[in-house]
Amino acid sequence: MDKEQIDKIVAKYHGEPSALIQILLDIQSENRWLPGEALQMVAEALDVPLTRIQHIATFYKAFSLVPKGRHEIHICMGTACHVRGASRVLDTVEGHTGIKPGETDLDMKFSLETVNCLGCCALGPVIEIDGKPHGRMAPAKALEVLKNYE
Amino acid sequence: MPRINSPGELEAVRREIESQADRAKPCVLICAGSGCIASGAAEVIAAFRAEIENQGLAVDIGTKGTGCHGFCERGPVVVLYPEEICYLQVKPEDVPEIVSKTLKGKEIVERLVYADRATGEKASRESEIPFYKNQQRHVIGSNVRIDPKSIEDYMALGGYTALSKALCDMTAVEVLGEIKKSNLRGRGGGGFPTGRKWEESRNAPGDIKYVIVNADEGDPGAYMDRSVLEGNPHSVLEGLIIGGWAVGACQGFVYVRQEYPLAVENLMIAIEQATEYGFLGQNILGSGFDFKVTVHRGAGAFVCGESSALMTAIEGKAGEPRPKYIHTAIKGVWDRPSVLNNVETWANVPLIIARGADWFTQFGTEKSKGTKIFSLVGKINNTGLVEVPMGTTLRDIIFKVGGGIPGGRKFKAVQTGGPSGGCIPESMLDLEVGFDELSKVGSMMGSGGMIIMDEDTCMVDVARYFLDFLADESCGKCVPCREGIRQMLKILTNITQGKGKEGDIERLEELAEVAGYAALCALGRTAPNPFLSTLKYFREEYEAHIRDKKCPALSCKELIAYYIDPNKCRACMTCSKQCPSNAIDGGKNRIHVIEQDKCTKCGTCFEVCPSRFGAVTKISGAPVPPPIPEEARIITRESKQK
Amino acid sequence: MSEILFTIDAKEVKATEGMTVLEAAKSIGVFIPTLCHHEKLEPYGACRICMVEVETGGRTRIVASCLYPVEPNLVVRTRSQTIDKIRRVLIEEMLAHAPDSVQLDELAKEYGADRDRFEKEPSFCIHCGLCVRYCAEIKKKNALGFIDRGARREISFIPKLAAEECWNCKECFELCPTSALQAAYVLAQALSPV
Ligand SMILES: Cc1cc2nc3c(=O)[nH]c(=O)nc-3n(C[C@H](O)[C@H](O)[C@H](O)COP(=O)(O)O)c2cc1C
Ligand code: SF4
Ligand code: SF4
Ligand code: FES
Ligand code: FES
Repeated sequence: MDKEQIDKIVAKYHGEPSALIQILLDIQSENRWLPGEALQMVAEALDVPLTRIQHIATFYKAFSLVPKGRHEIHICMGTACHVRGASRVLDTVEGHTGIKPGETDLDMKFSLETVNCLGCCALGPVIEIDGKPHGRMAPAKALEVLKNYE
Repeated sequence: MPRINSPGELEAVRREIESQADRAKPCVLICAGSGCIASGAAEVIAAFRAEIENQGLAVDIGTKGTGCHGFCERGPVVVLYPEEICYLQVKPEDVPEIVSKTLKGKEIVERLVYADRATGEKASRESEIPFYKNQQRHVIGSNVRIDPKSIEDYMALGGYTALSKALCDMTAVEVLGEIKKSNLRGRGGGGFPTGRKWEESRNAPGDIKYVIVNADEGDPGAYMDRSVLEGNPHSVLEGLIIGGWAVGACQGFVYVRQEYPLAVENLMIAIEQATEYGFLGQNILGSGFDFKVTVHRGAGAFVCGESSALMTAIEGKAGEPRPKYIHTAIKGVWDRPSVLNNVETWANVPLIIARGADWFTQFGTEKSKGTKIFSLVGKINNTGLVEVPMGTTLRDIIFKVGGGIPGGRKFKAVQTGGPSGGCIPESMLDLEVGFDELSKVGSMMGSGGMIIMDEDTCMVDVARYFLDFLADESCGKCVPCREGIRQMLKILTNITQGKGKEGDIERLEELAEVAGYAALCALGRTAPNPFLSTLKYFREEYEAHIRDKKCPALSCKELIAYYIDPNKCRACMTCSKQCPSNAIDGGKNRIHVIEQDKCTKCGTCFEVCPSRFGAVTKISGAPVPPPIPEEARIITRESKQK
Repeated sequence: MSEILFTIDAKEVKATEGMTVLEAAKSIGVFIPTLCHHEKLEPYGACRICMVEVETGGRTRIVASCLYPVEPNLVVRTRSQTIDKIRRVLIEEMLAHAPDSVQLDELAKEYGADRDRFEKEPSFCIHCGLCVRYCAEIKKKNALGFIDRGARREISFIPKLAAEECWNCKECFELCPTSALQAAYVLAQALSPV
């Protein structure tokens, strides 16, 4: 991300340091991750210590300090999905993709995350790929779904 | 949009909206809540729009995507007004038939109406379906009638008249008095009396005060706040403005998790519309009251649902809780008096002001008034959002509204209160839900998550699950929480993996006790509850794991083995084809055998083995029988021999 | 400033409004153990070793003395069965991370803590935050801070700032209750190229 884009986002919040989290969220959603230089630029623009930004960027789940893969797999680990066997789905997806939650594979194909309750517990266990929910998952079925992504 | 400057103008505008021609015309209301969208509601909405257009009915019939209707289990849900015919599990293919038969011909499509799974009894109107019939939907009921992006829809149902009443016919102190009289208690956690909190802030010194909506909804298995905010954002906003007036606040915040993009979007639109009409901004309804609302998106941290952490996050910092020896109602955001309430609490406020405290207190129990929305999920037939009067028994919620446990399984426990709550066993199903009643049995109301568990759910694993969640979600600042949870999780994980030792339960109890006393915030202090409540009611399960290395629910992966009963296997090959690890040695007419060293225990074979064979079983606490010898595996089929 | 009268371990104390129980105790020579407290820094309340029992209006509560503001007629008890148990378990939890800390070792002796109660995972830091807060509040350099949360929380230097500021300062090192080594270690790591 270049300085111009960052300045624009910062300006939207009138350079208000209390908007730091909102600014980082905007950068995250535009860029899909937070590069180190971007954090440095935000620190300067808002005049807040980098330690605070670093803490925020690692404290909240929405932020990623590394680039994401082409497809984002979100496996719901909400309580309802858990009691319906979500962890077996997660185990199988981990085995298949070779990555753990929070990681991205070497081909940059998949990033894996666990999330909590997507609001469609009736269809649990649920996984969401690139924002599209797939319900009533089971280990073998999840692998079928993953085959559709390149 | 005209700016409304007085209660009289509001009434005039409201009448005009009501009288508009398209309000009276028939309308197709399609649930666009997250559950129904996941089941394909967006396609159904598109199909209705296209079909209505095609059949030349666009002038006469409206179409609306609404907030969650609650009956997520049978989504997508479609309701046809004015007859209130309710169709369930509607697919785009069904749409042409609905349009020509029901909309044009007034004839019901039988296949799409509710049919009881047990009795087959049908019901074509929402109000006749047992799921809805046993509810009292004061807060969530309007979702069905409202396009959340239309303030006019909300106003047509009387929206913002409570605000007008509060600002123009009542003093702030009278509003506060009415809320106190209603005995409204917070819907987000501890059930703190809302009026008392407001009063504390009102009386606190300082000119600048804040009121805040807690829409962080951190409970990992619940979505009622999401559905209220997505489906009826104006009700929350109206409550917040009224609260601002009563407390003497000039600004409101809505802390809403960014994982709810639709809630954020609908809220932003609602704020914009309310500002245009003059319900927000300067001199609201000519009363002289100024009030503005700012949205703060939460970036994903359960602990930020805790009041002091949430306020720290609003200040733009990592959401670490602060000690609350001085209440946040007195020293909150930027050390100013700040009232924080849950989404559902705020949504109750306009109802109380419009209809009066006496109306509100008719519902509920002596100490818990009004209704409560629960997110009824897990091993339950009717997954969905239910709103019932406080004091309804767990049994009624689970069996009358929820329709009982699927697959003929047996009910085991219900978990309420999220990670701070506990599990309630079958013997207590007649408990009436209320703040104090739930706390008394070692659980809590929390924000309304209600997860149903059946005999296949391992209670030790449930405790482990919540501690695993909290180990990740603790802010990590204080020792008893960060380290206590870490150690408890280690011990519980060991137990579920068959590595439990004598003395583990006592160590867990001590860690739990210390966290309960010493943690800085309520996350840490309540973190032991899922463990303590499962230990209290299901101690024998802990002991079976530790002593016999056995998981009685046949759920803990490391303690079970999958085994194909050679006497039952009919070599249908379903399991061997689907096993993701190729761990099943089978073949045509050969009894299938699981190679235990290859098995990853994903359970696929168990799920796919046809129920008429039921050959795959789970074994725990006993050795797996040796595989039958090669030569004994051939099945000779009589029918084919001839 | 109004004067506030109350008792700590049955001794009468005169304190001024705005003081904490810990400060009041110190003023009359009653010792309460602390790990994350420092006179020059804002109270923090993370280690919870300073928990005491307070009785007010007939209700007994267990509170962090480094944060709890004094009130009239408060009855404070700095030791009790519950308090000792809390401290013992907290020490045992921290010893799993910092087995060599002299301060923890002394506390362990006082409270009968078992060094081996929990499996060792030496990471040295007990997250008292003294170094972080000292750098931010006193030196105003913010060369190091916390990152992440929950069980993964740790301290982390900003390499560029650490290179510029820390070699000549190192004032925070001696504050560390688990031996300054840890801070030095992390610093060295932060400075080493990649
Ligand atoms: C760890 C933790 C998480 C919480 N999460 C939420 C939440 O997601 N939503 C909520 O409304 N209250 C949550 N609460 C409760 C709030 O701290 C607070 O009590 C509540 O929002 C007050 O509103 P009420 O009085 O209307 O319930 C949480 C509390 C704790 C300790
Ligand atoms: S109890 Fe847990 S979440 Fe709360 S302040 Fe302590 S570490 Fe943070
Ligand atoms: S490094 Fe030492 S001083 Fe810094 S937080 Fe950790 S234990 Fe405290
Ligand atoms: S718990 Fe997975 S969608 Fe609700
Ligand atoms: S000294 Fe009070 S919590 Fe650490």
